[in-house]
Amino acid sequence: MTEPREQVKRENARLTARLALMALGSFAFGFALVPLYDVLCAVTGFGDQKSLARASEAAPQAADESRTVTVEFVADLPNVGSWEFRPVLTSMQVHPGKLYETRFVAKNLTGHDTVAQAVPSIAPGSVAGYFHKTECFCFTPQKFSQGEERVLPVRFIVDRALPKHLDRITLAYTFYDQSIRVGQR
Amino acid sequence: MATHAQAAAHDDHDHKPHGWRRWVFSTNHKDIGTMYLVFACTMFFVGGTMALVIRAELFQPGLQFVDPQFFNSMTAMHALVMIFGAIMPAWVGLANWMIPMQIGAPDMALPRLNNLSFWILPFAFTLLLGTLFVPGGAPAGGWTMYPPLALQGGDSFPMMIFAIHLMGASSILGAINVVVTIMNMRAPGMNLLKMPLFVWTWLITAYLLVAVMPVLAGAVTMLLTDHFFGTSFFAASGGGDPVMFQHIFWFFGHPEVYIMILPAFGVVSEIIPTFSRKPLFGYESMVYATAAIGFLSFIVWAHHMFTVGMPLAGQLFFMLATMLISVPTGVKIFNWCATMTRGSLSFEPPMLFALAFLFLFTIGGFSGLMLAIVPADFQYQDSYFVVAHFHYVLVPGSLFAIIGAVYYWLPKWVGRMYDQTLAKWHFWLSAIFVNVLFFPQHFLGLAGMPRRIPDYATQFADWNMVSSIGAFGFGFSQLLLPYIVIKCVKAGSKAADRPWDGAHGLEWELPSPAPFHSWETPPSAAIIARGAEH
Repeated sequence: MTEPREQVKRENARLTARLALMALGSFAFGFALVPLYDVLCAVTGFGDQKSLARASEAAPQAADESRTVTVEFVADLPNVGSWEFRPVLTSMQVHPGKLYETRFVAKNLTGHDTVAQAVPSIAPGSVAGYFHKTECFCFTPQKFSQGEERVLPVRFIVDRALPKHLDRITLAYTFYDQSIRVGQR
Repeated sequence: MATHAQAAAHDDHDHKPHGWRRWVFSTNHKDIGTMYLVFACTMFFVGGTMALVIRAELFQPGLQFVDPQFFNSMTAMHALVMIFGAIMPAWVGLANWMIPMQIGAPDMALPRLNNLSFWILPFAFTLLLGTLFVPGGAPAGGWTMYPPLALQGGDSFPMMIFAIHLMGASSILGAINVVVTIMNMRAPGMNLLKMPLFVWTWLITAYLLVAVMPVLAGAVTMLLTDHFFGTSFFAASGGGDPVMFQHIFWFFGHPEVYIMILPAFGVVSEIIPTFSRKPLFGYESMVYATAAIGFLSFIVWAHHMFTVGMPLAGQLFFMLATMLISVPTGVKIFNWCATMTRGSLSFEPPMLFALAFLFLFTIGGFSGLMLAIVPADFQYQDSYFVVAHFHYVLVPGSLFAIIGAVYYWLPKWVGRMYDQTLAKWHFWLSAIFVNVLFFPQHFLGLAGMPRRIPDYATQFADWNMVSSIGAFGFGFSQLLLPYIVIKCVKAGSKAADRPWDGAHGLEWELPSPAPFHSWETPPSAAIIARGAEH
């Protein structure tokens, strides 16, 4: 009777180890979802919003004068009171292919020197690949001294290949004042 | 019957510890099962009290009893306590009690692990319920813990995270034990397709647990490091994305809802044949349907988050995959109905609960189908319609199945019969009030009342009042359950070994009350054949 019992115990231990490994694998899989999520977003052409935070190499093309696209600008703050942040123009009429510049204004009301980071987002999401920014205050963290107000430029080109059915693009920035995270970026 | 005599005789000189040591150091599947069930029952009343705070506040428009922050704590804590404290431990308790008895094993495969997985729970819930007393109050951002809101929690935030880690560890250990027991401890001759459906559904549930609880642990760990260690998994300022949390969370969350319902399918598949006095219709299709539901649960998670903004192809995929689940579920409902067809039915308390399950769970399933339709979901999202939907599948679904299971197996556990008249009262009060409580919430949701709000526009007043009356009626009628169980343990009449004449399965071949160790000697082939008549 002892012999088979020992065998059962061994088998139990083996299966337990295998299941524990499976649990560890799932734990790792949870973290693997993080890079996978970015890849999936990029592949589906949907939310590759990360490209918006990088400078584009795109050069101005011949402007497509036959087409006018409305670009709207939105400025957001994660919480009220410690910053002032707004676009100078709320919208522009642009021709695809041409280089444009617009400006945002930010003022530090936190009462101390700080670093802030603007995070861009665009709607509709699929436009991300057709919106090239050659210069943007969102590419790097912005240092602000106490009470400082600054004009922040954005230069962009709307790609001529922009799908025909789109005539309106919304570019939004959220201005985060979180020195810990921004510093480590 | 020689086996029984032997088992009983063995029981007599089996030295089980007495007093508190019997429970704290227990490695016995029945004692641990009992502790799980008592714990679940306690948490059920704690979570129920929180629900009554919510319904009391919503009895009339305006703010009457609690401030909004505390109200939001109640919604978040009610969910956490009911899911992780009541429903899941109740299922593990039933698994502990029944699986060894049903597969012809003496005990669970890993008794010490079993002790550990139970005793983690009181610590986890002390931590979770302790958040009610810390500065800033208990978590109030919903049980789904969406960032950035969840990250703004006060002192309660790390306590909640660690409580969830502990609950997760407990569930994973419990699940590992169930899988090892079922795979390795079956009596010779009890092959997989002879196992009772409760065992089958639990096997699949246990695999789901091992696969997804660690993902939840990962998600909450990311929240923790985002809050305290400056990482940016979900913080947009550092390049993270809060929507990603929802994906990871629901990758856990959707299988989790099947973790809570699959064992209920198992229980109902035991009860309906017994009281129809017919074998279960379509046993194998039941097994395959359960496996299919388990598989599909991994590829439908994003239907919880249609409104985050998703590519059309994604919405279509998740909508169609979700609707596909109704096929195996429909197979099950059909099989239960076919089992009853031309059976000689009788309506003892377990059967009543199983029938209510069948009817009301199907209603919950249908509202789920409505929510799966993307354009409709845009309208229903975050409304009381969603609340009505998941309470229909969880309360008359999982909870009724648990209560049915208790009334079904209680005579076997304690060797005494409970007061069936009182149990029928419990049933009718529950069945009526649960509908008074949740059905009006469908109307409220369709009319546009949002979830998790302590106040509402006056046009919602009437149905909220009805719903609150239902809530108090339902809550207080549940007090009958512990009363009936205690009365049965103390003064029930002696129960036969097979108190239900139509019952099949190895557990009924054991004497009542079941001996301390279930099958010291494995059951013979003849007993297994008799037990496995499905």
